[in-house]
Amino acid sequence: MISFEDVTKLYPTQTRPALQNVSVEVEKGEFIFLVGASGSGKSTFLRLVLREERATGGDVHVAGKDLSRLSSWKVPQLRRQIGCVFQDFRLLPNKNVRENVAFALEVLGKNRKLINRWVPETLELVGLDGKAERLPDELSGGEQQRVAIARAFVNRPMILLADEPTGNLDPATSIGIMKILDRINRTGTTVVMATHDAAIVDSMRKRVVELEFGKVVRDQSRGVYGYSS
Amino acid sequence: MRLSFIFSEMWIGLRRNVTMTLGVLVTTAVALTLLGVGLFIWAQVNSMQDFWYNKVEVTVYLCGKQTQTSTCQQSGAITPQQQSQLKSQLESMPQVQHVYYESEAQAYQRFRDQFKTSPVLVENTREGEVPASFRVKLKDPTKYAVVTSAVQGRPGVSTVYDFRAVLGKFFNILNSVRNGALLLAGFGLLAALLLIGNTIRLAAFSRRRETGIMRLVGASNFAIQMPFLMEGAITGFLGGAVASSAVYGLKALVDWKIRPAFLTFAFLGWGSVHLIVVVLLVVGVLLSMLSSFFTIRRYLHV
Repeated sequence: MISFEDVTKLYPTQTRPALQNVSVEVEKGEFIFLVGASGSGKSTFLRLVLREERATGGDVHVAGKDLSRLSSWKVPQLRRQIGCVFQDFRLLPNKNVRENVAFALEVLGKNRKLINRWVPETLELVGLDGKAERLPDELSGGEQQRVAIARAFVNRPMILLADEPTGNLDPATSIGIMKILDRINRTGTTVVMATHDAAIVDSMRKRVVELEFGKVVRDQSRGVYGYSS
Repeated sequence: MRLSFIFSEMWIGLRRNVTMTLGVLVTTAVALTLLGVGLFIWAQVNSMQDFWYNKVEVTVYLCGKQTQTSTCQQSGAITPQQQSQLKSQLESMPQVQHVYYESEAQAYQRFRDQFKTSPVLVENTREGEVPASFRVKLKDPTKYAVVTSAVQGRPGVSTVYDFRAVLGKFFNILNSVRNGALLLAGFGLLAALLLIGNTIRLAAFSRRRETGIMRLVGASNFAIQMPFLMEGAITGFLGGAVASSAVYGLKALVDWKIRPAFLTFAFLGWGSVHLIVVVLLVVGVLLSMLSSFFTIRRYLHV
């Protein structure tokens, strides 16, 4: 589903590569944690998958596409197969929960009937049925992140990328979010989650890829957060 | 991409910075009005030139017994021989279509008809004081100079009067008014272009959250740009509409105030005015869409 082969990413203004000779293979339906200190290259990894950035060297394949050869007008098609969740939720403050989730379908030109079926379904999946008319301001942080997950998943993408989705949440709420991500993973969606949260990584017992200074230092199935931290 | 969605996004954008939108609208309207006035004058001058130049005749005044011009005082009244020579010379010129002789008696009669509203002038003018002339109709009105120079200064010729010389001054004035209006229109359009660009930039900034999410969920570039392009197009169209009503107003004013005073003039018809309005609307919409398009390219990173 996602394959990095000897990938190096050097940002133009920096001397040290953000990623250096990274090779990672993620199968369809896998759940992997990307762990590592700040600046270790987790976010760059995700940006390369989204093709927000292009690799300086090596090959990145996502959903069967060679991203180095993907013309920029085809990038939107790629992104329709990838859902994205962030630490800061990124909801539209003047739209309510339903509208926020529906927005992702509307901009893709889906018809009203489909939107009216998919949005409530997805809200139920993340446990927000009954709160569809609330504005983001009226929700707790955990609920806002659920809205963001619903928006990322409403289009049924093949891949879900989560960049520190529990970074702003307390442990109890984080567990709720992880349950949703696990539920999404069980539908066959590949989940890649970058995180700092040792407790979560330890409890989930999923594959862990650890990055340090842009290099893969550990790739362990059913791993834990780490020995050092 | 559903139309209703594009329109609702566009409407949000227009409402969000309503003062800038109004500023753009006014600038565009003023610039397009100037363009419209310029085009109006241009079309008017053209139709008048066509009208007059088709009527252009070179009038060769002949010396009579009482003619006071210096050439006539040297040569005296034209002799019948000189007159027939002159006539055959004019008729043999390839540029000339037709030569018509107006005798002193006919000229006097026409003079009386023309000035019958000023009896004092008519009473003080006697037959013989209005000179006889050859009226020369040209095949190509622009070739008047050839005819003029051929007969100017010949014995018995008093003056050669060519309509175009007089009209030329009048048209020159109108043409400079037109050029001025078009020049101002150019500056105005440039200002409108920059203002539209700036407004779209503001709109893009105030909606960066939305566009960011649109990019993330894989909305096509077209879907992301469309609301902005529509915003530009709507403002351009409204500006064009304001300018169009100004041009229609100008036409109505000309018809109401100026036309009755110059019945012989060829005035611009409604057809040409409609055409100008179409040009204004198209220029307004295209220009603002173009400006939006290039601004979005720079600030939306799509």
